[in-house]
Amino acid sequence: MEQNRDMRAGVELDHVTVRFGEFTAVKDATLDIRGGEFFSFLGPSGCGKTTILRTISGFLDPSEGKVRIGGQDMNGIGPNKRPTALIFQNLALFPLMSVAENITYGLRVRGVSKADRMKRANELLEQIALPGQGDKLVSELSGGQKQRVAIARALAVQPKVLLLDEPLSALDLKLRQHMRAELRSIQQQVGITFIYITHDQGEALTMSDRIAVMSDGVIQQIADGRNVYDEPATAFVASFVGENNAFAGTVARADNTFAVLDTPFGPLRGRNPKGLKSGDRAILFVRPESARLARGEGDTTLSSRVKNIAFEGNMTHVFLDGAGKKDITVTVGRQDGASIPEQGADAAISYNPALGLVLPDGKLARE
Amino acid sequence: MSSRSLVFIVPLVVIAIFWLMARVERRMAPDASQKGYFERNGKVLGIAFILLVAFWMLFLVVLPYLYMVVESFHPTLTPLKRGGPEDVLTLRQYESFIVPPTGGGLNWTHINAFLFSIFASVVVTAINFVICYPLAYYMAQAGAPQRVRLILLGLVVPYWVNEILRAFSLRLLLATKGLINNVLVGAGIIDTPIDFLGQNVGLYVGLSYAYLLVMIFPLYNAIESLDKNQIEAARDLGAPWWRIHKDVVIPYAKPGIASGCTMVFMFSAGALAAPQFLGGPRTLWFTSVIYNFFFQNFNWARGSAYAFILLAACIALVMVMLRLFKVSLGETIK
Repeated sequence: MEQNRDMRAGVELDHVTVRFGEFTAVKDATLDIRGGEFFSFLGPSGCGKTTILRTISGFLDPSEGKVRIGGQDMNGIGPNKRPTALIFQNLALFPLMSVAENITYGLRVRGVSKADRMKRANELLEQIALPGQGDKLVSELSGGQKQRVAIARALAVQPKVLLLDEPLSALDLKLRQHMRAELRSIQQQVGITFIYITHDQGEALTMSDRIAVMSDGVIQQIADGRNVYDEPATAFVASFVGENNAFAGTVARADNTFAVLDTPFGPLRGRNPKGLKSGDRAILFVRPESARLARGEGDTTLSSRVKNIAFEGNMTHVFLDGAGKKDITVTVGRQDGASIPEQGADAAISYNPALGLVLPDGKLARE
Repeated sequence: MSSRSLVFIVPLVVIAIFWLMARVERRMAPDASQKGYFERNGKVLGIAFILLVAFWMLFLVVLPYLYMVVESFHPTLTPLKRGGPEDVLTLRQYESFIVPPTGGGLNWTHINAFLFSIFASVVVTAINFVICYPLAYYMAQAGAPQRVRLILLGLVVPYWVNEILRAFSLRLLLATKGLINNVLVGAGIIDTPIDFLGQNVGLYVGLSYAYLLVMIFPLYNAIESLDKNQIEAARDLGAPWWRIHKDVVIPYAKPGIASGCTMVFMFSAGALAAPQFLGGPRTLWFTSVIYNFFFQNFNWARGSAYAFILLAACIALVMVMLRLFKVSLGETIK
C-alpha cells in the first residue's frame, strides 16, 4: 500500500457554503487540510459534516466558494474524475462481484489488463490480511473483513485523498476499537490524506492529527485532539467533546486571565481565554475529572447533594444535584483515595480555577 | 373408457397422491406442538376452505387446460362422430403444423406465421426494454418524487382507453393518408406517403405500447431497491455512466429485467387484437391462425394443438434465455 510521497495532496475549502433550497447545510467553511494529514470532521448528526465530505468527493457542488485538491480547483470536475476515493458508511461493496472484483473495480474501469488487476488484487488482499480470499463473495465475509475490503477497493485506485464517511459505525464496539488502530496504521503506511467523518469523539480523538468540530453547518473549531479537549473554542465544543459540567451565569468581574461568574451556585472562578468583560453572559465549564468532592486550599468550592453514584471499576461517577439543570458529574479515580459520600448526602465540590474555563454563552450539545 | 374422461381422473389421482403423502408425513413425524388443520379451523370452515380451493384449482385452472391437451390429440370430427370408432388418439393435429393434411410440401403459411410471431415478439420485447429501462431508472433512482408521480400518472392513464380505441387511433396516425404521412408530405420531407401499416410499423408500435407497463413496473421495482451508494461508489471509483449501468445497475436489476421481458414476450406472442388491427394486410399472426381454427373452422382439435405448440415454443425460448442470462425462474417472480 506504500505510495509515492508525491501522491500527497492537501484539500482546501475556500469559503464553502452549501444550500439545499432554503436550508443551509454548510455555512462559509474555510479550512486547509495538509497533504498526508489524518483530518476528522466531528459533530452530531445533521451538523453538515457529510455534506462537506460529499462536496469534497464531488457528489455535491458548493453553492458558494471553492474546493481545491492539491491546489487545483475542483469546480466542474465529477466524482469519477477527482483524485479522491470515498468509503461509504454502509461500505457499498458490490454484492454481485467477488472480493477481488470489488477491489479491482476501479482499475477495471480504467482499462487495466486482467493480469495486472489480478496481481494488484493479490497484493492488496495480502495487505488487508485476506490472502487467497479473492474469489469469495462479499456476503461470505465478516463485518471487519468487509471493512478492510472497502478500504482496499478505495486504495486500489491510488487516490490522493481518502474520504471516510463513518465507516466504523456498523461494527461492534470491540471491532471498532481495533479498526481505529488499523485505520491509523494504514494511513501512516500509505501516507495519503485521510478525511474522516464521525460523530464519535473517541474515534476522532484517537486517530486524527487535527479535528474540525461542527455544529449546525458551522465549523466551531479546528485543532488537534488535545486542544479541542483542553481549549475548546465555543460552548458547543466544550459540551460536545468529552463530558463537561456547565454553569451558566453572568461575568461579575474579569481580568485577562481569570473571570468570576455569578451562578446559582454562587461565584465561580475560571480561566478567561476569550477576554470576557463583566456583565457578559457566559458559561463556566469544569470537567468531571477536574473536580473533587472535598474542600481544597485555593480552589473554588460549591455545594450540592449527591443524587446518584455509578461505580465503573477504574473510576466512580458521582452525580450531584444541578439545581434544576443537568446533574453535576464528578469523576473520582481510584488512586485519589478520596472517600465517596453516600447517596443523598450534602457534598462540597471543588476545582482548581485554572481547570475551569469561562466561555461566551452559546448553544450546548445534547441538552 | 374414452380418453376424454381421463381428464377427470388425472386430478383425482393427483389429489389422492397428495393426501397419501400428507398421511405418511403425519405418521413418520408427528408434531404434537402443531395443531391439526381441522383443529385450527373447525370442521365446517375447514371443509369449506378445502372445497373452495379444490373448486378453484380444478374447475378454473387444471381441468380446462387438461381438456384442451386431450382435445389436441384427437382427430377433427363432426360432433356426431365424436366418441365413435374414429375418435382415437393421434398426433395428426401436431403434424398438420408441419405438413398440411391436404398433403403437398411443408405448411409454410403456418410455419411462417409462427416464426414471424416469435420474431416480432422478440423485437417488441427489445423495443420495450430500450424504452422502459431509462424511464424506470429515472423514476427509481434519479427523479424527484413529485415528477415521478407525474410520470406514473402519465403512464397509467392512457391505459384507461380501451384497446380497440387505442389500436384504431394508431391506425389513424399511421395510415397512408394518416396524420404522420400528411405532415411529412406537407412539410416536403418525403414525396410519397410511407406505408407504415403495410411495413408492420403499426404492429410494432401497437404491441410495444400495449405492454409498456408490463415492462416498466418490474424494472422499476428492481432498480428502486438498489442502494444509491452502490451507484455512487462505482462513480467514485471512476466509472463513466454507461459502465455504472453495465456493471452495477443491470446485474442487480437482472431478475426484474428477466421478469419484464418474459411477460412482454409472452403477452406479445399471445396477443390477438393489436396484430389484427395494426398488422399489415400480408401479415399473419399465429394467434389469428389459432383463433380461426376455433371460431371459423370449428376445428378445436387443431386449434388447441397449435396453441400448445405456441405455448411450448414460448416457454422453451424463455427458459433458454433465462439460462443464457443466468437468472433462475424463482428470481423473476420475486
